[in-house]
Amino acid sequence: MRHRLLPRPLLSLGIFLVWALITNAASLALLVLGGVLALVVPQLTAPFWPEPPRLVRPLAALRLLAVFACDIVTANWRVARQVIGPLHRLSPAFVEVPLELRDPFVATLLASVVSLTPGTVAIDVDRSNWILLVHALDAPDPRALIDEIRERYERPLREIFAC
Amino acid sequence: MSPPKETVVAALIVLGALFVFLGSVGLARLPDFLTRLHGPTKATTIGVGAILLASAIFFSGSESTAVSLHELAILLFLFITAPITAHLLAKAALHRQVRRDDLTDGGTPTADDADAAERQVAQPSSPRGPDGGRERANDEAGQQDR
Repeated sequence: MRHRLLPRPLLSLGIFLVWALITNAASLALLVLGGVLALVVPQLTAPFWPEPPRLVRPLAALRLLAVFACDIVTANWRVARQVIGPLHRLSPAFVEVPLELRDPFVATLLASVVSLTPGTVAIDVDRSNWILLVHALDAPDPRALIDEIRERYERPLREIFAC
Repeated sequence: MSPPKETVVAALIVLGALFVFLGSVGLARLPDFLTRLHGPTKATTIGVGAILLASAIFFSGSESTAVSLHELAILLFLFITAPITAHLLAKAALHRQVRRDDLTDGGTPTADDADAAERQVAQPSSPRGPDGGRERANDEAGQQDR
């Protein structure tokens, strides 16, 4: 049974935090307005939202965020070197990553993480076979890339959302 | 503004500008559409991230604002929207079957042998081959049309 006032507590919290960021949390009045928005917007948009997965392990989410931040930095260095280095050494490849998760929202998160990490772009999520199509700038060993995506990102995401 | 703060802000701006520049270099140098797609992802993550962080530090503790947090919101929205852009561009490329490599011919006036060799080696290769992915993406697009 869902709470009437807060149908989506996390969405409400998110809206409130983003509102606080945008307005720089400048005054109490703005914060109150943010609170009102956090209550009203989820109510109004409720019909649009598919049933979201539950966030069961917030701490694991924080850990994944840290891993993700580190990976962005290291992958940036790597891709920066590749871009200014000799291009013929690159081996771009399409890689198909078979997924174990079965939730569209979590698949979207995974695809976003893969795309934001330099060197890989998620191109397509095949939702009938649950395969993530990834294009990699330099993947001499596609097998290793598949394992990396599944170990580093998919497994934590499945733990976090229990799916 | 205190000297240490100035140093940090300056370093972050230079770092950010460097990565945005490298992203552009990637866009210009890489041989085909899909590899070029990788250039801007760097620019949006570290490049813009560092510049926004510099901005947050610069405006924090100055004049009226105690803490400047606008920048985090910008970063948040960039991180949400950037993958969608890349995703749609890549899908459009697969759907239209953009020819690989040929795209750069107009942009490389001195296409000497070395360049040509580079482009050949840089062809995408995967266990299923690039056409496997291309077919599948088209199948999916076909399903959506129905």
